[in-house]
Amino acid sequence: MAKDIVMDIKDFSFRYAGANKASLKGINLPIYENKITAMIGPSGCGKSTLLRSLNRIHDLYPGNEYKGEINLLDIEKREYKNILKLKKENELIKLRQRIGMIFQKPTPFPMSIFDNVAYGLKLSGIKDKGLIQAKVEEALKGAAIWDEVKDRLKDSALGLSGGQQQRLCIARAVALKPEILLLDEPTSALDPISTGAIEELVSELKKEISIVIVTHNMQQASRLSDFTAFMYIGELIEYDKTDKIFLNPSQKLTEDYITGRFG
Amino acid sequence: MNRLFLNKLILVLSTISAIIGMGFLFWILITLSIKGISSLHFDIFLKDLVNNGIRNLLVGQFTMALIATVIGVPIGMMAGIWLREYSNGSRLASIIRNLSDVMMSAPSIVIGVFVFAIIVSPINHYSGWAGSVALSIMMIPIIISTTDNMLSLVPKELREAGIALGGSKHKIILQIVLKAAKIGITTGILLSFARIIGETAPLLFTSANNAYMTMDLNGQFPSLTVSIYNLANYPDEKSRDLAWTASFVLTVIVLFINLLGRFLTRDKG
Repeated sequence: MAKDIVMDIKDFSFRYAGANKASLKGINLPIYENKITAMIGPSGCGKSTLLRSLNRIHDLYPGNEYKGEINLLDIEKREYKNILKLKKENELIKLRQRIGMIFQKPTPFPMSIFDNVAYGLKLSGIKDKGLIQAKVEEALKGAAIWDEVKDRLKDSALGLSGGQQQRLCIARAVALKPEILLLDEPTSALDPISTGAIEELVSELKKEISIVIVTHNMQQASRLSDFTAFMYIGELIEYDKTDKIFLNPSQKLTEDYITGRFG
Repeated sequence: MNRLFLNKLILVLSTISAIIGMGFLFWILITLSIKGISSLHFDIFLKDLVNNGIRNLLVGQFTMALIATVIGVPIGMMAGIWLREYSNGSRLASIIRNLSDVMMSAPSIVIGVFVFAIIVSPINHYSGWAGSVALSIMMIPIIISTTDNMLSLVPKELREAGIALGGSKHKIILQIVLKAAKIGITTGILLSFARIIGETAPLLFTSANNAYMTMDLNGQFPSLTVSIYNLANYPDEKSRDLAWTASFVLTVIVLFINLLGRFLTRDKG
């Protein structure tokens, strides 16, 4: 494995509890360090299911079945570990501190703006108030929302606009300094201006974090990403550099999808 | 029959029904107010039943209802949390949910008889504890169902966001999900308190009644509702007047708690 791959998905299959067919079949996909990887495909193709496997959030609901490997790079030791082997809740908690996730709808917690960002830090075991203060400020600046909220950190996060809430959620995730950030259609509930702000933020974040983004919006994928994976009915049809996928795809199905013949 | 006529007919019928229903309600409230206020003196809040006052009755009623709340809220909330967050829709969960719904509509006298059989009868005397337990049994299914319903309104993304941030399931439930459902659950607790504070049947032969001020929960315990029941049956005018006044005070208390519940949820539709 090339060492600039932070996560390597190998022959991965996934079946939901109670389903008789696998939702993902034989996925092979590398995630490169400090790059943005976009996953596109029509509704129900499994791109969100794949994304949600990468931090094992599926485990919140019992009975799902994983097969294959998802190898995550330990940046310090430069060695890979299969995250599907993790069993204990503790190990999963550690995993999720290393892999942040942003959802389609903003998910601010019912607490103040400051506490929203501080919450994850407290969960990770930081107790020093000064350190939390500094990290919250750094994260809010990093998520380009500091100027808008610095005077009302004590106000409820629920009073922010949708776009601001989403950037707050990103701040909350980056405060933990994750190695990978997963974004599940992060702008599909937002207006164009907020979408622009989030996209700008995401391209800024890739300097420090490897990013995987699921999107319905093909312009977004082509604007934002370095690599693109096209999925269809639970299978990875094509994966390549984004330019290649959008300008000269090698599969007929990919071409049909990006030219809008179906979807 | 054309549809315009049908529309008018149904409008008229439903208006008449509403007026009849409201009419009885106002009749009750007006009678209660007239009879209750006419012998309402500040005095009765300073004297105990033995001196024709209701001080000990109010203290007793609230004490039992508060103890019932202390017993019922943790049990009901924990059961509700298990149903919504941990049972994963198992068969056991649906059985418990159904049983709890049945319990909610169980006649309160049955609960009184049950507690009589398991507590009063073995120890051979009425007690404030028995009354509190009977009230808590009334309360638990209401709290279970409110907790269950209010938690179901919390979007699952909020739980996932907490888990994705590296929280353990129980921390996310206690620190985020319950916080998001706080107003609804608080309102449910208030309304169930309002429900049990006015109950007579579960107390009739569990706490029974006491004419004197006492805080001894091991003996017969003063109850406002049981007193109303007793006083209304006495032949003398004075007792019946006190029954009316006590009823009026109870109604105002229940109304106040209900309004408080409404006030808490005013912005939430």
